[in-house]
Amino acid sequence: MSLPDNKLPTGPIQTAWTDRKFSMKLVNPANRRKYTVIVVGSGLAGASAAATLGELGYNVHCFCFQDSPRRAHSIAAQGGINAAKNYQNDGDSVYRLFYDTVKGGDFRSREPNVYRLAEVSVNIIDQAVAQGVPFAREYGGLLANRSFGGAQVSRTFYARGQTGQQLLLGAYSALERQIARGTVKMHSRSEMLDLVVVDGRARGIVVRDLETGKVESYVADAVALGTGGYANVFYLSTNAKGCNVTATWRAHKRGAYFANPCFTQIHPTCIPVAGSYQSKLTLMSESLRNDGRVWVPKNPADCGKHPGEIAEGDRDYYLERKYPSYGNLSPRDIASRAAKEACDDGRGVGPMVEGVRRGVYLDFADAIKRLGKPAVVEKYGNLFEMYQRITGEDPYEVPMRMYPAPHYTMGGLWVDYQLQSTIPGLFVIGEANFSDHGANRLGASALMQGLADGYFVLPFTLADYLAGRKPDGLQTTHAAFKDVEREVNARTDKLLSIKGKRTVDSFHRELGLMMWDNCGMARTDEGLAKTLKRIPELREEFWKNVTVAGSGAELNQSLEKAGRVADFLEFAEVMCLDARTREESCGGHFRTEYQDEGEAKRNDEKFSHVSAWEYTGVGNAPTLHKEPLEFNNVHFATRSYK
Amino acid sequence: MRLTLHIWRQKGRSDKGGFETHQVDNVSEHMSFLEMLDVLNEGLESQGKEPVAFEHDCREGICGSCGFVINGRAHGPMTRTTVCQLHMRSFKDGDDLTLEPWRAKAFPILRDLIVDRSAFDRIVQAGGFVSTNTGSAPEANSVPVRRDCADKSMDAAACIGCGACVAMCPNASASLFTAAKLAHLNLLPQGEPERLIRSEKMVLQMDIEGFGHCTNHGDCEVVCPKGISVTTIAQMNRNYVQATLLSSPREGDSTE
Repeated sequence: MSLPDNKLPTGPIQTAWTDRKFSMKLVNPANRRKYTVIVVGSGLAGASAAATLGELGYNVHCFCFQDSPRRAHSIAAQGGINAAKNYQNDGDSVYRLFYDTVKGGDFRSREPNVYRLAEVSVNIIDQAVAQGVPFAREYGGLLANRSFGGAQVSRTFYARGQTGQQLLLGAYSALERQIARGTVKMHSRSEMLDLVVVDGRARGIVVRDLETGKVESYVADAVALGTGGYANVFYLSTNAKGCNVTATWRAHKRGAYFANPCFTQIHPTCIPVAGSYQSKLTLMSESLRNDGRVWVPKNPADCGKHPGEIAEGDRDYYLERKYPSYGNLSPRDIASRAAKEACDDGRGVGPMVEGVRRGVYLDFADAIKRLGKPAVVEKYGNLFEMYQRITGEDPYEVPMRMYPAPHYTMGGLWVDYQLQSTIPGLFVIGEANFSDHGANRLGASALMQGLADGYFVLPFTLADYLAGRKPDGLQTTHAAFKDVEREVNARTDKLLSIKGKRTVDSFHRELGLMMWDNCGMARTDEGLAKTLKRIPELREEFWKNVTVAGSGAELNQSLEKAGRVADFLEFAEVMCLDARTREESCGGHFRTEYQDEGEAKRNDEKFSHVSAWEYTGVGNAPTLHKEPLEFNNVHFATRSYK
Repeated sequence: MRLTLHIWRQKGRSDKGGFETHQVDNVSEHMSFLEMLDVLNEGLESQGKEPVAFEHDCREGICGSCGFVINGRAHGPMTRTTVCQLHMRSFKDGDDLTLEPWRAKAFPILRDLIVDRSAFDRIVQAGGFVSTNTGSAPEANSVPVRRDCADKSMDAAACIGCGACVAMCPNASASLFTAAKLAHLNLLPQGEPERLIRSEKMVLQMDIEGFGHCTNHGDCEVVCPKGISVTTIAQMNRNYVQATLLSSPREGDSTE
């Protein structure tokens, strides 16, 4: 099947969304309750969508694997949320936010999608404030803003270091209100294990109740996935342990194309790995780079020494040296790669883990000297405390140690302008879709996109889809549901019957390390080819030698993990293939062969397109479909931070 | 270091449950408490045994999934720290640790250290929101909010809903949780119109769920990983009393 029409609006970008909203069909208020909509995921995208659809009067079912919708991983976002309010009178506008996002995405996103995102950003802030989100305020009582991630305007709204939790609690409270009113039925501790397609349309899902193990089907007139990203393919990432690719991957296997899976974002400032038992990585706010200086010893022989014993002249402040104009504030991808290079060079610091020191110093000694300790406490106190809690080291005395970690995934299921995937009736929102960030996401834009999709885009585009269809009374007794249930049960039985020698985590760790080394910060044709050969071998071993204790008819965390890792073992292949096929460097995708002295070398002639992959069977090469990208408003430019 | 763990094992809601003892060797001081349990579990799994079930997700102290009682204290010995951020340097070689789930009538045990905290969601359903539909919000800066109110609201909003307050309270009261939710919304002008009805309904729901009453022990504040203050409980009580004396319009009431 060729790629369907992306339904992009034509005409001036400034009025495109307004025009589209007018031309879309509506569902009469009295008829809305006759339509059932399934929303999978209860993070910013899922919760905001489920709540809004409930308010409109649809019959909504919302699912999450956590014990409460409030725990979705959106909760962990620290920094903030962008919006083009221009409250600071510093020249911001919808057009500037749009422009920055297209440019920041390294020209691999769709202009009209990004414009719509910037346009509705202002409504998100209004909505969140009305819900009682306690954003930071000035003494006059109005909202405070800060500049974030190197932006030249202050457009980021924040709630201390927990903007994600506060926005999620806002969406969650709206969702709970609808649950109380009976418009939304919430299914917590329920994991979607497959999508049910009937007559070419998404009509339901099969879920496993994680407490009882019961496998059940749910039928609907449309399904929306807000199931997040796939950074846990690397095993170690800043994502929550439960984040997984299962919902989107299984939808992919049912016909939804996967777009740009190789576009992943590595965050430069995370606490380094301390040992082989490490289970996840903790992000430290990027704001630390405003005052901290990054360095490693010049001489590998100094790496084991206490940092205080290394003389000033023996330190290499490599970001300041290589990128004098941006220095320690160089963009995420550049700072991340430079840290990796220093460690690969044998100049990393901190404990040896599996024979290598992977860490660089982030030193506040100069900031403390310049500003005084109280000012540093005021600015970074809570972050320093968090660092000390985890590492046991006092960052006022010893420089912090940092290392990059996978953090966000720009790729996801392909959707058209209406957020509909290649399966009619299957919509994809938030990080789970690929649409708005191109090859690189700007700081404080993930929260914005999740809420934009859920509050202000999906409710309109879903109505347009539903208005064209009459509820047909389909039941879960239909053969299509029974077939998928059988497949899901067979898979569970298979996982439990192998009774091999290796744990699920040991497979996940091996896959993750391989992906990190070869499909992480820097990728080569050779490394990707090697990995593409190794993944099917590891997958084969998994299905022969994994051990999963317990049964399927109970709360079984090993079984939950096994299903997710099995999907990562399939997904990893298309991710590497996408990285190998994209013979250019852009945004978060850095191919070592395509660079100008360390600067990413984009190839707009050959790769100014979205790569959408069609599933053709496990182990079979997927089919690549290209959606060309057009830039009519923002002109191609090459980034330079020297 | 080497540790001896006495862990509560329970197969399901109706199972009786009991303690099981495990040794964990080679524990590094840099491990988090949950990573230490991961090591124990991988050992159990590789012997084909069922691992210890415990709830966890973000492992950075914000999602509120994790939590159990270590030697009688919710989330263990370190203040303002969830078990996922508690590191093994807080313990020493040869320590004997007893791990138990949150114990409260309103938090039935599902398995091992996992409890059902859905009662918290139902307390929020009772009124922990501002009744405003998507799209109906006024311009964000049209309602100024006093900086001290915004700060106090934020202090209360930091609650991660982990349930440690309930676990530590001798009455298994959910007062600190409910009061935090109420203070967050009641202190803001956006939450003012529904302040009384919200307070009344959430307090009533707390009773319906089977939580106990607050008798000012203050253990909840001590173990709260976000340092929520018991003064929020005093505010809740004041609003509740006002609500029972005054009547205010509520959603669902007929205005005709």
